[in-house]
Amino acid sequence: AGGGGPRSDPHRAGFTHCLSSKRSEGARFVRMPKADGDAKLLIQSLNKAYAATPTNLKIIDLYVFFAMVTALVQVGYMGVVGSFPFNSFLSGVLSCIGTAVLAVCLRIQVNKDNKEFKDLPPERAFADFVLCNLVLHLVIMNFLG
Amino acid sequence: AFGGVLCAFTLILIGVLAFSIRLFSVIKYESVIHEFDPYFNFRVTQFLSKNGIYEFWNWFDDRTWYPLGRVIGGTVYPGLTLTAGSIWWFVNALNIPLSVETVCVFTAPIFSAIASWATYLLTKEAKGTGAGLMAAAILAMVPSYISRSVAGSYDNEAVAIFALVFTFYLYVKTLNTGSLFYATLNALSYFYMVCSWGGYTFIINLIPMHVLLCIVTGRYSSRLYIAYAPLVILGTLLAALVPVVGFNAVLTSEHFASFLVFIILHVVAFVYYIKGLLTPRLFKMAMTLVITVGLAVCFAVVAILVALVASSPTKGWSGRSLSLLDPTYASKYIPIIASVSEHQPPTWPSYFMDINVLAFLVPAGIISCFLPLSDASSFMVLYLVTAVYFSGVMVRLMLVLAPAACILSGIALSSAFDVLTRSMKFQLSKLFDDGPAISGNGSPNGSSASTVNTSSSKNEKTEKSEAAPKEKQSKKNRRKDKEVTESVSVKPKKEKRLSVLPLEASIVSTLLLIALGGFYVVHCVWAAAEAYSAPSIVLTSRSREGLHVFDDFREAYAWLSHNTDVDDKVASWWDYGYQTTAMANRTVIVDNNTWNNTHIATVGTAMSSPEKAAWEIFDSLDVKYVLVVFGGLVGYPSDDINKFLWMVRIGGGEFPHIKEPDYLRDGQYRVDAQATPTMLNCLMYKLCYYRFVETDGKGFDRVRGYEIGKKHFKLTHFEEVFTTHHWMVRIYKLKPQKNRIRGKLKKLKSVSLPAY
Repeated sequence: AGGGGPRSDPHRAGFTHCLSSKRSEGARFVRMPKADGDAKLLIQSLNKAYAATPTNLKIIDLYVFFAMVTALVQVGYMGVVGSFPFNSFLSGVLSCIGTAVLAVCLRIQVNKDNKEFKDLPPERAFADFVLCNLVLHLVIMNFLG
Repeated sequence: AFGGVLCAFTLILIGVLAFSIRLFSVIKYESVIHEFDPYFNFRVTQFLSKNGIYEFWNWFDDRTWYPLGRVIGGTVYPGLTLTAGSIWWFVNALNIPLSVETVCVFTAPIFSAIASWATYLLTKEAKGTGAGLMAAAILAMVPSYISRSVAGSYDNEAVAIFALVFTFYLYVKTLNTGSLFYATLNALSYFYMVCSWGGYTFIINLIPMHVLLCIVTGRYSSRLYIAYAPLVILGTLLAALVPVVGFNAVLTSEHFASFLVFIILHVVAFVYYIKGLLTPRLFKMAMTLVITVGLAVCFAVVAILVALVASSPTKGWSGRSLSLLDPTYASKYIPIIASVSEHQPPTWPSYFMDINVLAFLVPAGIISCFLPLSDASSFMVLYLVTAVYFSGVMVRLMLVLAPAACILSGIALSSAFDVLTRSMKFQLSKLFDDGPAISGNGSPNGSSASTVNTSSSKNEKTEKSEAAPKEKQSKKNRRKDKEVTESVSVKPKKEKRLSVLPLEASIVSTLLLIALGGFYVVHCVWAAAEAYSAPSIVLTSRSREGLHVFDDFREAYAWLSHNTDVDDKVASWWDYGYQTTAMANRTVIVDNNTWNNTHIATVGTAMSSPEKAAWEIFDSLDVKYVLVVFGGLVGYPSDDINKFLWMVRIGGGEFPHIKEPDYLRDGQYRVDAQATPTMLNCLMYKLCYYRFVETDGKGFDRVRGYEIGKKHFKLTHFEEVFTTHHWMVRIYKLKPQKNRIRGKLKKLKSVSLPAY
């Protein structure tokens, strides 16, 4: 009980400080205070809900993100250098997008919340994913020139 | 197990039926390749079998389109030739000595048997085994498909229809099961379709349309994503692998629909995912935020895209696709596409000739697809509707309508037989079995329609096979009736009221439907035997003395191959190009590929010009021989005089000094004494009717039905070297230029040649 007293003081100070700052900020954003607060609330709830997904799905999401970033880098490079061996550019970008799409399909099939796939063993889903990627990359290597 | 064995046996019988109904031309004539386009495919397959695949892939053909040549590896759809080539190689590796010609002639019937099995699989995915067997049996015989796949018709459609149906089957299977394995197989089957036929654009536009339909009607599911998204990426890549398509897979408007729907699908999938993560109130907030920002970005992107597409003159579409979307386009801008007889719109009787009874079974099938509506049955309906539209634009696309019509008719007939046999079962069991067990039903006996209260699961099983023995049926019914009495007292939650028809009506209807099927079979066999088995390289006619055979085409090509040098160039209208290179083995100026309009217009101008100008044009192309087809002596209607106006139009499209009204008298095309002097002096008239008056003294043309205009004339720049037995093919040689130019014109005249 004695330790709680001095500790609560800076909190209260921070709280009042927070209140005062909000009042001044409120004066500035008087046009759309609701939208800004809503956006922050939205992002927070999205973050919270996303943090609750299982780790294996998060790994797949990271892989998808990596593939899309690689595709964007390639498009940027094409913008700088020009698209001369067009088949190489096409095969590079489509391989990134293709493996991202296949990873999303894997995620759909492995997700335990998905009732349509509850009797599909995850090993089968992964085997399909590997097979499809094999075909995709065989075609890519042929088309790469 | 009995059902499975019966099903497999029926499928084998259907395959044998499909194969054998296409053999009429081999029996009536001989095992020969038909028409024009198959000869080109045959020549390419011969080259492939002799020189191997690398030579084929890099082949530059200098014996056609002289002096331009043609890159065969890059402009041919390789699926058919590679298929036949591998069959030939495999069969010869087993030491069965089949020649390339035999393999080519029989490829189409084999693949039509396989196509009917694919139809069985596709219909089974939509409606069950009974409908599948029905549809397969109907497709095996449908005249529209027979016309393009008879033994000897070695054309792209022979394997393409199989690839089309099989791709659709794999797509529907992926949609139903959500398995990525089938999605991969779907992409590979689509690749085979792209290799085989230019009609693959139908698939890559129909499937996005169906995905859009599913999204819009609220049937989005994760299986839809798995069915469509990998197909787009893998399919585009695989399509770009085929040299004919190349970068058109990403650059032309025919593929834009697939990319657009790809983006839309991702947006929808993302929206559903976010919806799953957030609470409803937060989700509504997110939507308003996204819509305000997203719409602005969308407009910017769409504006850029529209500007890009609008900058190209045809808005990115190819000529053939544009003529499909706007049927009047070809006749206004591209006379070559308009002149092909297969590109004309069909007449109403041709629908009845080609799909016969199916024409009015199809609406019944559409209704049956809606009860109940699933993803697969909505796909069937969409496929049929688009196929009907396209078949109305071009008669050769009746072929795409055929599988759709067969599938829907199979569904209709199967549902009809289902209801009728169920009524018969029920009524007969009531007849044998009246007692207290039935009283629980509460329905009167006799001729009025009655309803049956049964549990829904039991009746779904009866949909599968109609061939269960009768004792089992009555036993099942007794069990059902006992269950019904129990269930009526318990008042179950799930009840399906199925209507049952009176016994006499169902027996008569079954017999009538079987008779309908009989009429269909009779028509199909007649169409296959009489209408679609003509090889068109050999003609026959019946007279009092028996069968008379006209083998003039092969006679002419054999003469050419035996009496001319290997490097001599032959000029004719483009119809005969493929046959000349394949059978006579001589270089031609233009052929059926019709890729270069100006070159064809040059030949057309030469045929429409007077002798001297024509000689100069042909001499500039190094032509030695000119070949014309003339049917006036025997009454063969597809000869060059009847095609002549197209030559004038196409020539006039490029060289303005050829004007169509010059050849018409009062708007009428005639070659008798009333014809215009331009017509009577042009090269085509002279080459066709040279010495024609010697045959009967009056020069009566049997096709046109009157006497010709100019009867006695001499040729100054050409000499006749060969005329076949019935005067159907006439070959002329260009006379060499005179050594001395007589008279005042001592200096060499500068010849003004038409510019390329």
